Amino acid sequence: MPKTTPFHRCLAPMNHVGIWKNWSGYLVAPNYQHSILTEYYAIRNAAAIFDTSPLFKYRIIGEHSSALLSYVLARNIGDCKTGMAQYSVMCDERGFVVQDCVVLHVEEDEFWMTTADPALWYLEQTARHLNLQHVRIEDVSDDYGILAVQGLHAANVLGQLTDGIDQLQYFGVTKANIAGKPVVISRTGYTGDLGYEIWSATEHCIELWNLLFSVGSGFNLTPIGTTALKIARLEAGLLLMGVDFYSSRYAWVDDQRDTPLELGWGWMFKKLNGDPREFRGKAALLLETVEKSNRWKTVGLVTDWHDYERLHRETGIPTNKHEVYREATMSIYRRGSANWEYAGYASSFAFSPLLQKPIAIAKLPNDLARPGTEVDLEISILRRPANVLVRVASLPFFNPPRKTTTPSGVNLNVR
Amino acid sequence: MSDKPSEATDGLIDALVIGGGHNGLINAAYLAKAGLKTLVLESRPFVGGAAITEELRPGFKFTTFSYAISLLRPEITQDLSLVDHGLMILPLIRTFQPGYAGNYLLLGPDGDENYHEIARHSAADAEAYRDLSLLIKRTCFALKPLMDSIPPNRKGNTAEDQAHLEKFESYIAGLAPDIRAILDRFANSTAADILDEYFETDLLKAMLSTSGIIGSRVSPRTKGSGLVWLFHKMGEYDGVFGEWGFHKAGNGGFTQVLARAVAALGGTIRTNAPVASLLYENGEVFGVRLANGEEINAKIVVSSLDPRRTFNQLVRPVDLPQDLVDAINQYEFWGVASKVNFALHDLPKFPGLENRSDIYMGFTNICPTIDYIEEAYADCLAGRFSRRPFMDCCVQSTLDPDMSPAGKHVMSCFVMYTPYRLANGDWTTERKNLGDTVEDTLDEFFPGFRNLVIQREVVTPDEIERCTGLTEGDIFGGALDVKQMFFKRPAEGWNQYRTPIAGYYQCGSGTHPGGAVTGGPGKLAAQQILADLSKSRNAS
Repeated sequence: MPKTTPFHRCLAPMNHVGIWKNWSGYLVAPNYQHSILTEYYAIRNAAAIFDTSPLFKYRIIGEHSSALLSYVLARNIGDCKTGMAQYSVMCDERGFVVQDCVVLHVEEDEFWMTTADPALWYLEQTARHLNLQHVRIEDVSDDYGILAVQGLHAANVLGQLTDGIDQLQYFGVTKANIAGKPVVISRTGYTGDLGYEIWSATEHCIELWNLLFSVGSGFNLTPIGTTALKIARLEAGLLLMGVDFYSSRYAWVDDQRDTPLELGWGWMFKKLNGDPREFRGKAALLLETVEKSNRWKTVGLVTDWHDYERLHRETGIPTNKHEVYREATMSIYRRGSANWEYAGYASSFAFSPLLQKPIAIAKLPNDLARPGTEVDLEISILRRPANVLVRVASLPFFNPPRKTTTPSGVNLNVR
Repeated sequence: MSDKPSEATDGLIDALVIGGGHNGLINAAYLAKAGLKTLVLESRPFVGGAAITEELRPGFKFTTFSYAISLLRPEITQDLSLVDHGLMILPLIRTFQPGYAGNYLLLGPDGDENYHEIARHSAADAEAYRDLSLLIKRTCFALKPLMDSIPPNRKGNTAEDQAHLEKFESYIAGLAPDIRAILDRFANSTAADILDEYFETDLLKAMLSTSGIIGSRVSPRTKGSGLVWLFHKMGEYDGVFGEWGFHKAGNGGFTQVLARAVAALGGTIRTNAPVASLLYENGEVFGVRLANGEEINAKIVVSSLDPRRTFNQLVRPVDLPQDLVDAINQYEFWGVASKVNFALHDLPKFPGLENRSDIYMGFTNICPTIDYIEEAYADCLAGRFSRRPFMDCCVQSTLDPDMSPAGKHVMSCFVMYTPYRLANGDWTTERKNLGDTVEDTLDEFFPGFRNLVIQREVVTPDEIERCTGLTEGDIFGGALDVKQMFFKRPAEGWNQYRTPIAGYYQCGSGTHPGGAVTGGPGKLAAQQILADLSKSRNAS
């Protein structure tokens, strides 16, 4: 039997569709109501709540904690001051991505980390390898629940439970009290919107949930499942491990592996030249940067609506629109090539409620990766393959000012 | 946006669009996108026409007139980059039909759940509902190309007109037999007739019949309701629910998006600029004269006003062909609807569903039976407003929390029948009575409703006419009736957005495809104007 999260007792009666899926061995709802679109719009138009507790959670404590993270994370953790969080990536010696993670710098010698794959042994081994004595890695996965409060009115909801929320800057971290119970709140999320994530001790999770809903109803606070979240993250250009890339640790061949540069994370390494740090994968990353040897790039794709609608209409069926989200690989061909010359693939695809057309995240060779480049994406219409015109776009598709600016008071900034 | 003559007005204007409602703005945006220097002239201090949102009480936003968006063509969204300007259409996921004595029907986004919900009343109906729904969807799908294109002109005598008509006729001839049969039924029988053939449950029949009467002087048992029904279904053809939507911040939010699109495409909007008359000579337009006497010149003038204003008010009818003048004089307006908007302390409570807020996230129809609607209609025929009105309500704050202060709500009620002309008294005296009647009726279905009311706004047909310029308060800019649609909207021979005055065009809801917030008339008129322009360029 899958495990349940600390919020499950609250989630269960709100799951009106009665369907659960398994995420990391925990029961999670793909959606709580039939209208996934309504859940999605709770993010962009109101306030959404998502239980992200199935992530692996680690506390890395001790005076060698930053030395360990400095080596094991490719992005410089030294840039993440106490009271800040960082989105980062672990690489292997060959510069391939092991997994991405979010690190909260909670105290000078204390970091909290969430990952999608287990990392306890990996971190411990690394510490042993580096001979770092004064660092302890605790798996606190069962000790905390994490709730993401995301969307237009996220600050207005959370602001009623604790002070200073509207001052918490993008990727800021703060210790706070909610109803007398300690929590850690970070200005982070997976929606590309204004949002926060709250770590609560497992025994206080139910109370936190109830409090959030008691103050959130005026802002139409809505529990959302994984599908609405994934549509939002696709619009936000946020990659999903296991979908848009795989862990090099569990890959069979290099074709399944990506470097951070191939995933579009070059922005993490702007200061790589002159970075005195030794970190795992550094040499490979430097070489790749110098030789520009990345094999492909990760880009956004935007479907040409007229072409998409025409292809459907010609077969006599209506255009597939809302609540389309798929993670299966879709092939991309060079535009106009008579023999369907394979060029790359889309790794996730969705009808964007915001852009009102299908979008995708894709891997394309360097010569096709420039924004505006036209390529053919293979879709299936009435059981037959069809090529629809798509254009390369830079990620993210959606990047509202409120994602990064600090709200103060009521935030009515819709876009 | 400004009410001052701008630089653009000082310089040369290529196209003037009269009226800043959604069709006027969409038309202007297309013209501006094509490179024409375009100026929208709006008589009121703000754009939006009948698609506006007003904050009548701090924090409470009312959709004064129109209150939902039907299928806005995706190509309009894409062509005008509306997404960049804040387009956000929230899905209306429910249809709630309260009955008597705790009885109700509540449909939603899941087909299987809808089956079981209808089956509580009748398993046969639940099954028939699927069949009829699909048939209607296929019909709408088949008709969509006709709704999305300029209709042929039966009076046209060019080879091109002939070819256009033949293409249309062969398209119709090529439709599947069951679609042609149901089309014939929609056009020639009543909504009640069709519903009686498929269903036995009163509540379900009443729910579905509402699409056949919205905004129209027909009842489910009178001819014409079939066509109105089909028209309203066009808006949701490729999704059972969800194609009818609520724009963030109401329809006023939507027209603000359009206004930003017009500006971004290089168009200009001037408010407080009522147009008094069209300037033309020798059958050719050269501009407009504003109410303040100012004249603005342009070779293209587009009226988004209704046909009566477009032809009888801005132009001297003596300058128009007699058959057009006659057609416009006979063109019918059916102002039978009012709006009553409420600010509420809390959600209305329906017995048995007290804790459900989701039931209001869509349309709530007050009309438990078809007989109820027929009685309401009988009042209308007698020249009075319905003593127990049909209402189409939506608690919009359940969809968009920014419509009301946290914890409070706004509710929009579309109310029928409220005839423009009353047999006794007038709307000035009857306005309050209508408001009371609406409140009493709602209190009957939602006990305690009266105590929830913080404020109410009653918008009667005369008010709709006065504020929006829609003659007799007809929300569709003229009845959606077979005698004034497609070939004849607004008049036979003048259904292609042109007028007898060269350079003068029409783009309001009184043109094909008609009323509701689809954007079709504005877009198709622009298509016609640009085609004519390129033709005349090629000729010269």
